[in-house]
Amino acid sequence: MSQPFRLDNEGLINRDKKISFTFNGSKYFGYEGDTLASALLANGIHLVGRSFKYHRPRGFFGAGVDEPNAKLQVTINGYSEPNVNATEIELVEGLSATSQNCWPSVKFDIGAINNFLSRFFPAGFYYKTFMWPKSFWYKIYEPFIRKAAGLGVASISKDNERYEHKYEYCDLLVAGSGPAGLASAYAAAKNGAKVILAEDKPRFGGTLLTDNVTIDNLSGKDWAEKIISELKEMPNVIVKNRSQVFGYYDHNMTVMFERIGDHLEKRNKYSPRQRLWYIRAKQVFLATGSIERPIVFGNNDTPGVFLSSAAKEYIKVYGVLIGKKPIIFTNNDSAYETALEFKKHGINPVVIDTREDQKSDLIEEAKIQDIEIKFSHAVIAAHGYKKIKSASIGKLNQDKTDFENIERLNCDCICVSGFWTPTVHLASQSGNKLKFDEKIDAFIPDKAKQNEKSLGASNGIFNLKETLKTSFEIGTETSKSITKNGKSILVPNVNEKKHSDHDKFWCSPLPKGKNYKRFVDFQNDVAVSDIEIALREGYRSIEHVKRYTTLGMATDQGRTSNLNGLQLVANIEKKIVPQVGHTTFRPPFTPITIGAIVGREVGKEYMPTRKTPMHEWHEKNNAVFTDAGAWKRPRYYKLGNETLSEASRREAKNVRDNVGVCDVTTLGKIDIKGPDSAEFLNRVYTNSWLKLPIGKSRYGVMLREDGIVMDDGTTTRIEDNHYHMTTTTAQAANVLSHLEYYLQVVWPELNVNVVSTTEQWAGAALAGPKSRDVLSKLFPDLNVSNQELPFMGYTEGNLFGVHARVFRISFSGELAYEINVNSDSGLFMWEKIIEVGKEFNLQPYGTEALSTLRIEMGHVAGPEIDGRTIPYDLALEGLVSKKKDFIGKRSLQKEAFSTQDRQKIVGLVPIDKKTSIPEGSHLVKDKDAKLPNPKLGHVSSSCWSVENNNPFSLAILKDGRNMIGKKLYAVSPLNKTAVEVEIISSHYVDKEGTRVRS
Amino acid sequence: MLNIKCPYCGERAQKEFAYGGDGTIKRPELDKSVTDKEWDAFVYERKSPRGKHVEFWHHIFGCRQWFRAQRDTVTHEIFKTVKLDEEI
Repeated sequence: MSQPFRLDNEGLINRDKKISFTFNGSKYFGYEGDTLASALLANGIHLVGRSFKYHRPRGFFGAGVDEPNAKLQVTINGYSEPNVNATEIELVEGLSATSQNCWPSVKFDIGAINNFLSRFFPAGFYYKTFMWPKSFWYKIYEPFIRKAAGLGVASISKDNERYEHKYEYCDLLVAGSGPAGLASAYAAAKNGAKVILAEDKPRFGGTLLTDNVTIDNLSGKDWAEKIISELKEMPNVIVKNRSQVFGYYDHNMTVMFERIGDHLEKRNKYSPRQRLWYIRAKQVFLATGSIERPIVFGNNDTPGVFLSSAAKEYIKVYGVLIGKKPIIFTNNDSAYETALEFKKHGINPVVIDTREDQKSDLIEEAKIQDIEIKFSHAVIAAHGYKKIKSASIGKLNQDKTDFENIERLNCDCICVSGFWTPTVHLASQSGNKLKFDEKIDAFIPDKAKQNEKSLGASNGIFNLKETLKTSFEIGTETSKSITKNGKSILVPNVNEKKHSDHDKFWCSPLPKGKNYKRFVDFQNDVAVSDIEIALREGYRSIEHVKRYTTLGMATDQGRTSNLNGLQLVANIEKKIVPQVGHTTFRPPFTPITIGAIVGREVGKEYMPTRKTPMHEWHEKNNAVFTDAGAWKRPRYYKLGNETLSEASRREAKNVRDNVGVCDVTTLGKIDIKGPDSAEFLNRVYTNSWLKLPIGKSRYGVMLREDGIVMDDGTTTRIEDNHYHMTTTTAQAANVLSHLEYYLQVVWPELNVNVVSTTEQWAGAALAGPKSRDVLSKLFPDLNVSNQELPFMGYTEGNLFGVHARVFRISFSGELAYEINVNSDSGLFMWEKIIEVGKEFNLQPYGTEALSTLRIEMGHVAGPEIDGRTIPYDLALEGLVSKKKDFIGKRSLQKEAFSTQDRQKIVGLVPIDKKTSIPEGSHLVKDKDAKLPNPKLGHVSSSCWSVENNNPFSLAILKDGRNMIGKKLYAVSPLNKTAVEVEIISSHYVDKEGTRVRS
Repeated sequence: MLNIKCPYCGERAQKEFAYGGDGTIKRPELDKSVTDKEWDAFVYERKSPRGKHVEFWHHIFGCRQWFRAQRDTVTHEIFKTVKLDEEI
């Protein structure tokens, strides 16, 4: 198989290694070092896709990030990715690519009918058409738009690749390894600065790889290689290729996207596919170069139209000719270099130059080489559908608004150059307000807002000598301020050809009677006429024009279209470009993968998993776990084929009848010490704490300053100035921050210290009428009688050699204890409890049974303490002290919090005693009332009461205290249920609280 | 991501900190009678200035100290961070 457009002795590819790949089902080959684009072009493939709106045939236009058209669906190793830029992806063995946005094929695309209907698809078409009738939106318009607007197809299979994040700090980050980047990085590194040099492309050197220059008698490419190899040797320098700095954030943080494995046929097992670097640099140099901008002309989107710089890059880097009969269409000198490259390989280009006869080194050279040049000419339109066949060119009149005579030239490609646009994206992202430089008709960075500096072409300097000189100087200067070393570097001798001035010509006029489509933005199919319509319809702000026409909005971010779009708006509005302004540049500079953004935080690594010391035992005993924040808690322990409700009822019933044990390690625990601890607790909790004796626990409720209940729990006085506070599992972290805030910010005069001890203690709750029997077997030395260790009592003991804290507290409403030992002994304690408890029918119980037990008892938890309830609502008003002040007290006096018919917690039982009430149901008077049906309250927690053997729920109900005995409906439109319920007290079991005190 | 200088630990990434709101808010003293208006001002009313703003930050994944920072809400420049007993 031969490659008809591959040159024999040119390019930086490795011809010893052939790589085969498929495109739209056909097999091709390229070489190592090719991009998918260069390999296709070597095979003469130009047509790669269909345009977004009109489905016009599209080919390659650029050779790198400037490419607006060649977005392909690419599959490697069975994993498929959409919208991959063919000019950026490196060829690897087995790669398979297909065109997007076309059906049934790229060569015959039915959607292309849009092109012939294009006058019905003007700017704002979707906005105008799909407004009425409203009911059409869901069924007809939206599905249609979704189908029509699709680019590639996202893979639905799991991404098995590994992605990593890395954090790095340095003195200087240099983005770009062209002449400016190399010189500045080198000067700073030589003076000892810690430097990171990032290059987006696989090869270092930027324009030095393609420009015909010499530096110190070396070719640009060889000089770049020399500098890079020196930098790589320096211990203070990190040099990265395939790494794009794509975002510039606050405080000089930049983010870099490194492609580590994408180009490798066989990847290192231990390295990730891609890596995201968060780099905090003292100084950032932006040496991001410039992108050639096109001149707009008729049918300028025809396959075969390229940027002139891209044509040169395909020759010099990949040894590929984009055509054999080229037209070079330019308003400046740089395209002559492309013409000379063609000529060097025996191809005769025709140069169409919009300027009058020019004199410069390059043009002289072209003339010497016998290249045909037509000055004062412009390309009017390209002809050909799937590939360019010829072009209409014309002689421009005096003011360049019309043509004097028009002729047709046969050609197979047009290389267009409308001068250069500095790549200012990162500078703009950093907060730099850009300024318009009349000399180059483009925006360049203005005053820096952060520590950044643009160098070389990205700063509008297109001359190598000056670029190197300023970059060496700034590199030295910057490192001096950081490292105190300021040895200046000798600026090398540069040999480059001088350019003459460019012409401001940017768009070919339409000859009379012709209505060629002239595209400004290829990727979003925005033509000159679309922008004209937007302005005619009254859009003025460039941001509005952008959104209405979608100019510059696609994945290429308008890299080749922005300035021409601005120029057009300026012309119509009779303004100048800086008055029009520019739209905002946003990260990422080019699309990056979601995988890289996510990094390792997927699946079970999404957040850390917290396991209690008894976790292993739970696993061995068929626990089914549930997530409580980051914790894993047993939800129930499955016996045989039990369902969740069977198991939880069995476990809960066994607590009521015998005794159960529950792992409560996850409860938040805070150790409080200091002489003012009691006073502090007195301010934090709503009830009074000054007189709590040593060895006693107390239940407390804490509020936020707005009067809403924040958390509840028990706190125990261990010693004189030492307390042990417990919080709910969910609120542990918030409560600690809350306490620290008051101790540090509000009442620094209080001498109190708080520290989290959640992970230091393992906890087991022993609950049920037989729990005392188990406890006395665990602590034979301890007197655990009701007199010695009464309800809310506390003691310490020796559990088979392990120091233990024993609290007589209860969440289940039964006689209950909580035992804490140091975490390392948690499993030991647990196994002892199981062993000793056997003879009393002790069973472990999970969170589902725990909930059942507390709901039956009317104890509130997370579903009731939901950020909307005050103590009264939860029937906790008895715990609110009238005598002392505390956090949030003043809010309770406010009118809304003291009305007579306020919501309050109640219990619900279904009238039929059978039908469960879904949590979240609304309580209403009339289940069939017209919507909106007035809502009186909601069901917060539901369970199957094991005590009464019927469903029971807790609800927060308006005027709850006066509703007892009444009937309402609990409706859940989501579940399509309506249950008639009777309102009863929230205390469904042991209302008098005798069991906990028994 | 901001780079915040904890007055106790030095410069750290924003990830380590929690934002604590307006740093000039003073809680009314305990047991002091306050009007609804004064109380509402303390609980709810916050300014959202454009420009310099004094705020609380909490070095939550670090020394767990609260401190004050003066930050520009437009540019995110942090002019100063101080311990709570220091002037800003």
